[in-house]
Amino acid sequence: MKISSGTIRLLIPAASLALLLAAVFYMQPRAMSYNGLNLLFNLAVPIALATIAQMLIMSVNDLDLSMGTFVSFCACVAATMLQTSPMLGILIFVGAIAAYAAIGVVIHVRELPSIVVTLGMSFVWGGLAVLLLPSPGGTAPAWARWVMTAKPPLVPMAIVASIVIAGVTHFIVMRSSFGVLMRGVGGNNRSVQRAGWSVIGVRAGTYALAGFFAILSGIALVGLTTSADANIALRYTLLSIAGVILGGGQFVGGKVSPIGAVIGALTLTLAGSFLSFMRISPDWQIGAQGAILIVVLALRLALNRLEKREKSL
Amino acid sequence: MDIRTMLAASVAVACLCSPTLADTSSKKIALSNNYAGNSWRQAMLTSWDTITKEAVSKGVVAAADPFTTAENQATEQAAQIQNMILQGYDAIVVNAASPTALNGAIKEACDAGITVVSFDGIVTEPCAWRIAVDFKRMGESQLEYLATKLPNGGNLLEIRGLAGVSVDDEIHAGIQAGVEKNPQFKIVGSVNGDWAQDVAQRAVAGILPSLPDIAAVVTQGGDGYGAAQAFAAAKRPTPTIVMGNREDELLWWKEQKDKDGYETMSVSIAPGVSTLAFWVAQQILDGKDVKKDLVVPFLRIDQDNLEENLKNTQKGGVANVEYSLEDAQKVIAAAQ
Repeated sequence: MKISSGTIRLLIPAASLALLLAAVFYMQPRAMSYNGLNLLFNLAVPIALATIAQMLIMSVNDLDLSMGTFVSFCACVAATMLQTSPMLGILIFVGAIAAYAAIGVVIHVRELPSIVVTLGMSFVWGGLAVLLLPSPGGTAPAWARWVMTAKPPLVPMAIVASIVIAGVTHFIVMRSSFGVLMRGVGGNNRSVQRAGWSVIGVRAGTYALAGFFAILSGIALVGLTTSADANIALRYTLLSIAGVILGGGQFVGGKVSPIGAVIGALTLTLAGSFLSFMRISPDWQIGAQGAILIVVLALRLALNRLEKREKSL
Repeated sequence: MDIRTMLAASVAVACLCSPTLADTSSKKIALSNNYAGNSWRQAMLTSWDTITKEAVSKGVVAAADPFTTAENQATEQAAQIQNMILQGYDAIVVNAASPTALNGAIKEACDAGITVVSFDGIVTEPCAWRIAVDFKRMGESQLEYLATKLPNGGNLLEIRGLAGVSVDDEIHAGIQAGVEKNPQFKIVGSVNGDWAQDVAQRAVAGILPSLPDIAAVVTQGGDGYGAAQAFAAAKRPTPTIVMGNREDELLWWKEQKDKDGYETMSVSIAPGVSTLAFWVAQQILDGKDVKKDLVVPFLRIDQDNLEENLKNTQKGGVANVEYSLEDAQKVIAAAQ
């Protein structure tokens, strides 16, 4: 039986996640329980959603440097407007999705580098977040809190949510015709255009979808923390990019994997816990986190070479 | 009397002699810290180390491990606290990156039966204890001192901290309240010094030409030395500048004192407040009834204990005091 290259690409992230998990269980047997798994992974749920959003943008060969501030902004909206006057909150979110679609259109029409546009937008989102919540506070909507702290039987919420996110996005990106177009734009922009599709429409749609997942990330985050501040998710920009790459995605060519991205987000979260359990001093932690990333990427590079050699044979 | 009752009796006697040693010796306490990038935080961690190492070696607690997040981010600290729950700590002492964004993780810890004590950067989650600094009182105390030193009053220059931070608002409110109580003083100018000597020096130098004679400068800490430099550069007489316990400020004060008997006072919060939080956590684990909101005394230096404090302050550091179990018990009793 021939294993598809997609499966191989998923193999490394899944294996590294399993390895890290085994190491964490070995060091901290307490984690091997319903509650333990939930504590290990519940903060990975918003990161996974942000990673999916980043992955969508990356599938059309762009990069979103405003992901962290946008998720922070969404968290602030969720903790204020969405809680006090839900209609207004939803309206703001719809506006935010429209803004994302507009960013996609602008980037496409003016042929601007996405990095510059989104970096600029990051200041806009950051400013709006500070306007909404000048000092930390707000309250999570009761339903968001309920969803994030729900205790489903047998499998903890964090795992259920990760599987649902992976499943839904796998369907959208890998199985639906929109997903094929999206990856097509990333792979070969011109051929999609020649085939009679509206590339601008696909880009706008992709950005809108990314905005939607980023909003979900903000709501999930507030559901966990119970309140927000304007800087709550700044780390998500780099975490989401690292998650996509870790999960087998690539910067160009429309090569992305939704299941891999979720696994990548879980791996990154787990790496933090692993280092903390190892009692590594904070001065070394960022370096160690980077080392884990490099090891996984090096493994992938080696595997890519192997794949290529097999193809040429 | 059989062996068992004798043992029980001896244990009971031991408990009577040293109740704290017996009850928490198996407990583990963790410090969750969000930032270590300035002299104040470094001093805070060093104080924690000295006091808790001694406590562990004496068997007061089983462990007291400090953890600092690699980046100053609330989400990372939330993950850190959740890891501590998994590691089975009995109490978590936390200096929080955000007063609200950690509430979810802190609630998880409380639900797992863990005692959470926050200090300096406190959290709003009701299940946690808070050791807060009365910054307002800190501002008021400056005016009280000035009222005794300059009974005739005069013009004040106020140096504020970083705009938009709650600490700045609270100290400012205290100073305003003090001025209302002592109407012989009048604030004629106000600048933002951002708790940094260079910023304060620039800001004061900028506003000085437009000001009348200044009798005293009220400050927030980390800005007194810069203010003094600005006055010297403008060749204006040095007013009474309230200091903020930084080493450079105390050194300058000492020089002036030796030269012409310059008098002032210095006030700030001691980084050793982490050790107070440690003892409070230990007392809670010990089963003591402790109010959820405690107030930490701030560290004040006066003319007569200047030399002593300066000697104990590290170069480029902040005057510090490490708290003992008795200090913690006093703070707890004061809140009852």
